[in-house]
Amino acid sequence: MVIRIDPLNKKLFRDLWRIKGQGLAISAVVACGISLMIASFGTVAALDESKDAFYNRTRFADVFAVMKRAPDSLLQEIEQIPGVATAETRITAVVNLDIPGMNEPATGRLISLPERGTPLLNNVVLMSGRYPSTQRPNEVAITDPFAKAHSLSLGDTFKAIINGKKRSLEIVGLGLTPEYIYALGPGALMPDDKRFGAIWMSRKALAAAFNLDGAFNDVSMSLQRGAQTEEVLRRLDVLIKPYGGSGSYAREDQLSHFFLSNELDQLRTSGAIFPPVFLLVAVFLLNVVVTRIVTTEREQIGIFKAFGYTDVEVGWIYLKLVLILVGVGLSLGMLLGLWMGDSMITMYKTYFKFTLRDFGVDPAVFATAAAISLGAGLLGGLGAVRQAVGLSPAVAMAPPVPTSYEQSGLAALFSKFEISQPTRMIFRHVSRFPIRSGLTIIGVAFSVALMIMSLFFLDSVEKVIQVYFFQAERQTLTLTFVEPRPATVEQEIQHLPGVITTQPVRSVAVRLRNGHLSDRKAIQGIVSGADLNRLLDSEQKLIEPPPGGMALSKYIAKDLNLKLGDTVTVEVMQERRPVVEVPIVRIVEEYLGFQAYMRLDALNRLMKEGPTVSSVHVLVDSRYADELYTTLKDTPAVAGIVQQTAALDSFRNTMDNTMNVMIGFYVALASLIAFGVAYNAARIALSERARALASLRVLGFTREEVTYILLGELGILTLISLPVGCLLGYGMALSMSPMLSTDLYNFPFVIENATYGWSVVVVSISAIVCGLITRRRVYDLDLVTALKTRE
Amino acid sequence: MPDGAQSETRVRETFRAEGITKIYKTGDLRVEALRGVDLTLYEGELVVLLGPSGSGKSTLLNILGGLDLPTAGTLFFKDMEITAATQSELTTYRRDHVGFVFQFYNLIPSLTARENVGLVTEIADDPMQPDEALEIVGLEHRLGHFPSQLSGGEQQRVAIARAIAKRPDVLLCDEPTGALDSKTGIVVLQALERANRELGTTTALITHNAGIKDMSERVIRFADGQIISVEKNPVKKPPEELTW
Repeated sequence: MVIRIDPLNKKLFRDLWRIKGQGLAISAVVACGISLMIASFGTVAALDESKDAFYNRTRFADVFAVMKRAPDSLLQEIEQIPGVATAETRITAVVNLDIPGMNEPATGRLISLPERGTPLLNNVVLMSGRYPSTQRPNEVAITDPFAKAHSLSLGDTFKAIINGKKRSLEIVGLGLTPEYIYALGPGALMPDDKRFGAIWMSRKALAAAFNLDGAFNDVSMSLQRGAQTEEVLRRLDVLIKPYGGSGSYAREDQLSHFFLSNELDQLRTSGAIFPPVFLLVAVFLLNVVVTRIVTTEREQIGIFKAFGYTDVEVGWIYLKLVLILVGVGLSLGMLLGLWMGDSMITMYKTYFKFTLRDFGVDPAVFATAAAISLGAGLLGGLGAVRQAVGLSPAVAMAPPVPTSYEQSGLAALFSKFEISQPTRMIFRHVSRFPIRSGLTIIGVAFSVALMIMSLFFLDSVEKVIQVYFFQAERQTLTLTFVEPRPATVEQEIQHLPGVITTQPVRSVAVRLRNGHLSDRKAIQGIVSGADLNRLLDSEQKLIEPPPGGMALSKYIAKDLNLKLGDTVTVEVMQERRPVVEVPIVRIVEEYLGFQAYMRLDALNRLMKEGPTVSSVHVLVDSRYADELYTTLKDTPAVAGIVQQTAALDSFRNTMDNTMNVMIGFYVALASLIAFGVAYNAARIALSERARALASLRVLGFTREEVTYILLGELGILTLISLPVGCLLGYGMALSMSPMLSTDLYNFPFVIENATYGWSVVVVSISAIVCGLITRRRVYDLDLVTALKTRE
Repeated sequence: MPDGAQSETRVRETFRAEGITKIYKTGDLRVEALRGVDLTLYEGELVVLLGPSGSGKSTLLNILGGLDLPTAGTLFFKDMEITAATQSELTTYRRDHVGFVFQFYNLIPSLTARENVGLVTEIADDPMQPDEALEIVGLEHRLGHFPSQLSGGEQQRVAIARAIAKRPDVLLCDEPTGALDSKTGIVVLQALERANRELGTTTALITHNAGIKDMSERVIRFADGQIISVEKNPVKKPPEELTW
């Protein structure tokens, strides 16, 4: 079979082959935009739908509250609160676990299962096994990731210290819960499956263990559609207050949900910001390249038209060129997007523990991506295509007038200086096409900025780590007691093996209120001269806990609209629940876990209690660590142990897993944009000036001198864009910094010099590589044809 | 043979070419552009190379100018063997000794008339001032104009000024009036003639326009890659008297 290709199409394919480098760069930029769009849309959809499905399936509650001990009869009153659909009481407790094969103790949250049937709210999705039997008090179900982290399976046992008694528990079920999709243990900064898990037991067994027969200490409820959540919370607080309730909270403040939705928001934001930027770059490149092709092919266009091809046929050729470039980018982008999305979901599966569905994209998203990229293609190519259509044959075949320059503005400026003519050529050319030069600068600058913004995350996290783990929280461990204890407990701990030094802490759950603004927080009572857990100001200088008044984390102060010297209302949520006014005498800078601080003795006075502590920070001699852990595993009074090195490890791990993937993507994309923009700029400059450069070679200019003229322009544009990019990156990081902060941590705005340096170096290398590729072409310039052809 | 008595007084040769052959091979195609050309050009003379398209005159001019090397044969510029030169020696040769004038002017659009000339004077050893070169071609009043602001004839005169400003030994002009009407062409030729006369630059001028031959000292006719005749022009006409 003979395939006949009409001459216009042949020309099209040859044109495409000729501009393959530039064409690929354009397609690659389109592909980046499309892939980011598909990956983020698909990931958001998968996360969002899986979340909703999981919440529905497990009947995830809308409101939560814990208290000390409330009689079962209170449930009826809670159910009467207008807007409540279902309410369910539970017994929950945080306990120390002794897991085979793990030296240090882990933390578990015991959650009761109802006597009959499955939980009405916050149900467990069993991955394997069954619910624990009410008849066998030692049977438990545990969270699947926790079991996996310890290679525990059905039938295995582990020990827990339940209300002072060490008990052996048998695993009969492995499950997942909406309460711990993001499984943050008490006091932890990052999820750590080894150190925290939820454990379900029969209610009967837990009631017996904690002396809570006929009582509960945890309630969750779902609300009717249209219920006033704030009002429900207020009424619930009133009901549970007499029973040691420490404040109810809505799903929005439930930690796991909070992090999941936060992640979704961030994904949505980046999915909305980045793809359009890439497509705009593509529009610009297409415009420049196709305009250039039409300009160099004036004569051909004239000839085609003279031969009788219609305007539409000629225009269609150039439009097809645009469509092919965009089409290639679109297809690549879709494939890349599917791959990226798939790897993002794989990453999220290690991060969020629930039945997350596989990555998949709604056909509508593909259709939108196609429509958007075609739209971008048309936007970029239409001007040039119209130019081709509009050329009349006679005009097309006459040589174009030389590019006009005038003695005005910048051109005149360059006449005044004593500079060499080649340098003058560079400056004149740059200033002759200010929009194009400007867009090239913006394009390259943007890639620098994107790089800075991506690397800024690392700087910021490193700063957090340095300040938090090495300056503010220098303890090896923090032991948290089940109940506040007399301050003398500190001496007992000092006698434990391997303990070098200790620092007592009294932590009190409070609601801080300023007018109508309020926030659930903890006040940490710390001693002066503390050497482990220390307060730092914004310059990371050590400050002492103020003798009178409160030191408040900057971010709480901001949230509550409080400043130094103001007074804050402290509503204590536990014990005797005093309400007092406390002056703010210091503002402290914190990046992780924002809190309020008072002197320990002052806090004890505020609580109307004697010297009391709720946890102790401990510095441990690592040689005796194992011995200490063994002792602690058998210490019932200790409810939780937060190990700083483990916290640091899990912090770093989480950051590495999640951020490095994204940062890697963005650095690659930034380099690609830099390359695409610079390569096109160099190739366009070469194409426009090949004849002039060949003429100069004929006049006796060396290859190096001619290369200087060509690449000097690229060099100047790159040089201008580097500082512009640094500024842009600074601005982008500055505006991203608060957007990334959550209630739990804050990304400080820090950009290390190395970040600027690397960004500048990587983008410069991109530009230099473009320059080297283009230089080869300068060396191959055909001098003789340059003389024979007119522009 | 051609020069007779004059060779006694004008012994100094600018170019001596012997057996110059140029074969272009593109794919299966083999084109013999020059087939054993012998030619000597003398210092200060103005010769016209005449011939139809494809007769080899441009190829020879390119070889004389160091833009291209012959496939066979030797070419001397004074004592320098052009045919043995490296690419960078050729660049230096063009830079120091050759002035080019092209059919399509090949001016740099981003530089003014003066700056276009300056482009060459900056890299030359003993150039004249750009203004002086532009004065020779009668453009002293257009110094600050960009190519786009000049007529075709003016652009070509800037190109001539650019070519002569470095005081080259040879001036090679390929169809300098090819893109111009006759009236403008004459002005351009006047500029060339003046440069040749006042600076004593050996000038070779390609044209397929027979009318121009009358301003030369010798007319060299090309056909099929060979010189078919060299004739002396006994009476040089000033350009303004030429017609075509």
